[in-house]
Amino acid sequence: MNGIVKGLVGLRDWVDDRFPLMQLWNDHMGCYYAPKNFNFWYYFGVLSLVVLTIQIITGIWLVMSYKPDASLAFGSVEYIMRDVSWGWLIRYMHSTGASFFFIVVYLHMFRGLLYGSFKKPRELIWILGMFIYLSLMAEAFFGYLLPWGQMSYWGAQVITSLFGAIPFVGETLLEWIRGDYVVSDITLNRFFSFHVIALPFAIAGLVVLHIIALHEVGSNNPDGVEIKKHKDADGKPLDGIPFHPYYTVKDSVGVVVFLMVFAAVVFFAPEMGGYFLEHNNFIPADPLKTPEHIAPVWYFTPFYSILRANTVNFFGIPAKLWGVIFMGLGTMVFFLLPWLDRSPVKSIRYRGPIFKTALGIFVVTFIILGYLGMLPPTDMRTLVAQICTIIYFLFFILMPFYTKWDQTKPVPDRVTG
Amino acid sequence: MNKLICALILWGMTGLALAAGGHGPALLEANVNIGNKTSLQRGARLFVNYCLSCHSAQFMRYQRMATDLGLDDSVVKDNLMFTTDKIGDTMKVAMRPADAEKWFGVAPPDLSVIARARGADWLYSFLNGFYLDDTRPTGVNNLYFPDTAMPHVLSELQGYQQLKDHGEEAGHASHAAPLELAQAGKMDEAEYRQATRDLVAFLVYVGEPAKLVRYRVGFWVIAFLFVLFVATYLMKREYWKDVH
Repeated sequence: MNGIVKGLVGLRDWVDDRFPLMQLWNDHMGCYYAPKNFNFWYYFGVLSLVVLTIQIITGIWLVMSYKPDASLAFGSVEYIMRDVSWGWLIRYMHSTGASFFFIVVYLHMFRGLLYGSFKKPRELIWILGMFIYLSLMAEAFFGYLLPWGQMSYWGAQVITSLFGAIPFVGETLLEWIRGDYVVSDITLNRFFSFHVIALPFAIAGLVVLHIIALHEVGSNNPDGVEIKKHKDADGKPLDGIPFHPYYTVKDSVGVVVFLMVFAAVVFFAPEMGGYFLEHNNFIPADPLKTPEHIAPVWYFTPFYSILRANTVNFFGIPAKLWGVIFMGLGTMVFFLLPWLDRSPVKSIRYRGPIFKTALGIFVVTFIILGYLGMLPPTDMRTLVAQICTIIYFLFFILMPFYTKWDQTKPVPDRVTG
Repeated sequence: MNKLICALILWGMTGLALAAGGHGPALLEANVNIGNKTSLQRGARLFVNYCLSCHSAQFMRYQRMATDLGLDDSVVKDNLMFTTDKIGDTMKVAMRPADAEKWFGVAPPDLSVIARARGADWLYSFLNGFYLDDTRPTGVNNLYFPDTAMPHVLSELQGYQQLKDHGEEAGHASHAAPLELAQAGKMDEAEYRQATRDLVAFLVYVGEPAKLVRYRVGFWVIAFLFVLFVATYLMKREYWKDVH
């Protein structure tokens, strides 16, 4: 036993002489000081890393049996579900993982809004995070075509057709993206390529950058105070604790609880009532038969609602193009948060009533938009979606004003536990 | 604030749960139990005898069915397969799609995952929804799938139903059963309902054979995670004793 330990230490030292192994470990784990007052909302960062790992590993195994071919794709998914040993489990983990990825990322982003984690000096962390979010949306969109069901096909048809709304170059661009006049086998092959190579690379790289930037400036916390301001004689933050072992053991608990919820869905409700796996997607893609109701998966529906809420042509620009513009702005506007928020405090704990109200209204609006995006439009629903779209954008447009006018509370010097 | 947010999220979710939809008459409840092997076996027999001449289940293998339904390969070979097929084959039909389209106007869909696309209740309602209609080339129409191209294949079992003439009580039409038996078949009403229930149970099984195992596996996975949770929680508590 002693010999083995000695051997391992020897190996570590051998590597360390040739590679900054211990330095990396200390910078990011052993001597990375995190605030000691992280609460429930601080689990979702590590959980998104867990889901990313699940997606990559199950994805590797799915690709072993999946066939990116319009005539074989649907059947190959069923082959995985039936004939591949544990294939159903691998596939359900991947399909459930897609939805859970968005659940944890939305909660992670909401945490940022709650505690002002995007504010100076963490603007770049937020921007890198937004790039991860956009890549994730692309990844999910490309992946959704692969089962080649009716919803896969027509969802891709509708979303790619949005590029056709761009003036002058739209039609050409659309053809270039699809590689054909309609979504076809060629489109399936390129989406497969993006889904399994390009975007996973991009996401993994961005995640590394996101974490490096985080560990450079240090984590925010529910009080929104900088723990680096108060250090002990050794230069260690008084309110900080080493990430390892304190947060590795704490996050382990969170990860296990998360896996229980995840397993409950994978094993007992993988379709999640049609929200995670849509019923229509069990009908093979048929380019000649448009389903009467096409809706994206739930995580895109708030933006889909904004797209559909644009029903009027004005300034000589067709409604469809306005829809595309507002949908684009609706996602991109998050990039500007660090500069839209003029409040002197970070955390919601010390913000005034106006911000709290605005954030509450925004959350409700986002949920209503998401809900409406799943339903076929009616006049009433469109009207509600239009009102919600206006509120959605007002949250951002008015932010510089209401965050400045808001009555904030004094922020404590140290974290409050 | 946290409480407010949680309340709002919950409120939003109840909205989701209420997201009903659809149109046409309310569906009958299938109440299938795929844990009941004899029900699945009866359903398999009906499926092979009545459905498999036109509809394939091209992703379902005979051998998988034999194993899952507790049948010997030889029993399946003798009773549930065409002589030219091998036990490892999938449930294909001899009819060519082009011919099918010529004969029925539309190629009968593959039934491998039909239960996942349509749902058990819809299938059960559909099989119980045929009624006599002279205007249709097949002589029958369907309450739940108007103008379906499918003939009433199970008519020798059920007989034929006709639309009830509701007359003055039309206001209650949606609550009362709108069909009544016009011509008896080999089975009485309860027997036919059970037969279609068995058939739908079999289709639900065919839609996802893994359903027979995933609940059991899931139970053990979550039980294991629970033990792991206790261990990690105790470890966390021990480490965090010195954080003040």
